[in-house]
Amino acid sequence: MNALLAQPFLTALVFGAITAGIPLLLAGLGEQISEKAGVLNIGIEGMMLFGAYAGFVAAYYSGSFLVGFVVGGLGGALVAALVMLLCIRFGLNQIVIGIAVTLGFEGLTAILHHFQFSRTYPRLAAAPVVDIPGLAAIPVIGPGLFSHNAMVYLAVALVAVLAWAFRHTYFGLNLEAAGNKPAALDAAGIDVMKTRTIAVLCTGLLAGVGGAYMANVGAGIFVPFMTGGAGFIGIVLAMLARGRPLWVLLGALLFGVSLSMTTALQVAGVNIPTDVVQMLPFTMVMLVLVIFARHSVLPPALGLPYVRGDR
Amino acid sequence: MNAITAPSPVVAVRNVTKRFPGVLANDRVSLAFHAGEVHVLLGENGAGKSTLIGILAGMQQPDEGEILIDGQAVRIGSPRQSLEFGIGTVFQHVLLVPSLSVIENLMLGGGWWGRLVKAPALARFRELSTLLGVAIDPDAIVGRLSLGEQQQVEIMRALWRGEKVLILDEPTSMLTPQGVRDLGEVIKRLRAKGVAVILITHKLLEAYEFGDRISVLRLGRVVGDIPPERLSAMGEAEATDAIIELMFGKEAARSGEAETLVDTAHRQRQVARDRAPRLTLRGVSTEAARGECPLREVSFELWPGEVLGIAGVDGNGQKHLAEVLAGQRGVSAGRIELNGGDITGAGVPARRQAGIRYVTDERLGEGTVGIFSVATNLVLKEIGRPPYWSRGWSDWDGIHGHARDQIGRNDIRTPSERTPVAKLSGGNIQKVLLAREINSEAQVVVFNKPTYGLDLQNTRLAHERIIASADHGIAIVVISTDLDELIKVSDRIGVMFQGRLAGIVENGPDIERRVGLLMTGVEAA
Repeated sequence: MNALLAQPFLTALVFGAITAGIPLLLAGLGEQISEKAGVLNIGIEGMMLFGAYAGFVAAYYSGSFLVGFVVGGLGGALVAALVMLLCIRFGLNQIVIGIAVTLGFEGLTAILHHFQFSRTYPRLAAAPVVDIPGLAAIPVIGPGLFSHNAMVYLAVALVAVLAWAFRHTYFGLNLEAAGNKPAALDAAGIDVMKTRTIAVLCTGLLAGVGGAYMANVGAGIFVPFMTGGAGFIGIVLAMLARGRPLWVLLGALLFGVSLSMTTALQVAGVNIPTDVVQMLPFTMVMLVLVIFARHSVLPPALGLPYVRGDR
Repeated sequence: MNAITAPSPVVAVRNVTKRFPGVLANDRVSLAFHAGEVHVLLGENGAGKSTLIGILAGMQQPDEGEILIDGQAVRIGSPRQSLEFGIGTVFQHVLLVPSLSVIENLMLGGGWWGRLVKAPALARFRELSTLLGVAIDPDAIVGRLSLGEQQQVEIMRALWRGEKVLILDEPTSMLTPQGVRDLGEVIKRLRAKGVAVILITHKLLEAYEFGDRISVLRLGRVVGDIPPERLSAMGEAEATDAIIELMFGKEAARSGEAETLVDTAHRQRQVARDRAPRLTLRGVSTEAARGECPLREVSFELWPGEVLGIAGVDGNGQKHLAEVLAGQRGVSAGRIELNGGDITGAGVPARRQAGIRYVTDERLGEGTVGIFSVATNLVLKEIGRPPYWSRGWSDWDGIHGHARDQIGRNDIRTPSERTPVAKLSGGNIQKVLLAREINSEAQVVVFNKPTYGLDLQNTRLAHERIIASADHGIAIVVISTDLDELIKVSDRIGVMFQGRLAGIVENGPDIERRVGLLMTGVEAA
């Protein structure tokens, strides 16, 4: 078992946890914005996947990771715009549309990828890494924690920004009202549909960036269906976080650790059947749900279309 | 009251018609509202008052007719436009975000992207607190305030932007007598500042006391108008007669129905207290979350056929008392007995089985499931049990038959037994609740604000129902902030003060003074 305490294992574990956790963090934060505003965004998986695909293609042809993130984010937002059109403008059932969008974009990205690259899986160059001066030199955890792509630091900073914005800005106030008592927001003169539209677009943007990170930085390639439920884990994180971004971060790291455990254990050559190791993240989802599901608090108007004057 | 009538109206509606499926809510309504005038709109439930308010507040669009502001025809397409035109509205249904604080609710609508700057909002809050004479913690979470306090916040919100027109949709139904007087002061001040106040009410005395001009609506039409010069010349009795005549026709005014509608006489009934009490509470206490008022060692006995009124300013533990009696909330200490048997630990189904019924003040939500049909709501607490359910099958014919029977017997006005209960008016939802809760198996019925938001006719019906139930030997607890109501129906009145039962007094002459002393905590009985 000495291998578990060896530096390569720990560094790989920490580094992997963060790499795997960042897409979950972005998806969770995005979903949190939607849920606060009263939209249950089941389609987030489709937004992530489309963001991953669009981001990968953009980065592949432009050679720029920045372009990859921007296009990935826009791709996610585009899917969000579709969801918004169907759910918020036309008042269609949010869950049905969410499932349709997820299934639809799983298929669409697979087909697009097939037409473009046939059966080859081109690989991007390694993503640029920013070392935090000083901290990155700390033995063992330094390279794992402080030597990452710039998006990692941005995503973590976003946690603080959102936590502040939820409490101290009109944006946060309006989201809260749209999810808890849309009629009150309407009576105060703020358009509920506009509020929810902005929320869903934010979700799409973040989910798309998360997908692009997963493809371009995490994997370096795009593989159909590569998000593998990350969007749904994002929904779970948002539900358990009770509207607090910091909890999304903690949850994302927890899942990140269990996901990276899969690779890290294999690196360390531990003699556990691979099937068991690969089960770990999903076992973790179930465990967390069993333990914490009772504590999830959802806005009362979640999933309900708002109709003015309807009692 | 003397009216300062401006020559041209600030806001006017001309020939406004609004149809809903199956209902003509407003039928060519024409009204003019003047600056510095309190214009009272009177009418029974379903008279079209709320629809008219919805149109002025931008929540609904008229099918025909026009709205004039300062003489110009305008379209009020949204609540924001309504606010921009200077029309502020306090709705009957609470329109506050329960998870936000008071001050955050008041700041809602202030913009989109800015930072929340609390200082100016707090200054305005203090200004309005003084104006209204209320003491609310601006950082309290709204969902934890009592309904009465929430309504005070609502009034503040409507006044928040300094309106030209203030619409109050039955604003006094939740206030204490003192609160109503305070509101009256505020209305006077606003009127003096030239605000056009539109007051919707069904209380005749309130209409006379606050109003400069009274318009009466019936079945969607304006059926009468008492202009300021006529109203100010009338005495109270004369005005009441005139209004009753407009509301219910000449017959009602002559037949003495006027008296029964505004009657607040004391009840004189004999209750035999020499036998064993039906319900006994001994030292019942509860634990409360922050901002709630718990019960502190509440003890009383209630005999069959007796009505015990529970008075007190809102937020003094009434909600906990109701929930404890219904079995919805556990006690931290004390004992509850029904016919001598301990029921302290019994939950809602067990208490219902034992004959304890609870008619909540939250008719939609706690009392009924809005999207369920009237029929389903009438058997809501028996779901899954015989006779309407057996072996997992629903007997829909039986449920609908039962509903048709109850609808006929209780005069529930609904298009059909399949209509979702949320589509009904407050009075009719109350009738559904009463039909479900009061039946031959009831032993104890707990009413929480039984006539909140109801009109005159429905209020009288509810009071008659309470008294008739007591005459059938049911023991009744009526929790209300409306002292007149308690005096009318109760044999004894207990007063809640800071979670304690400050005392119980026999109903009779001089009751107002004795209750008033207990209410303010001056005297412990």
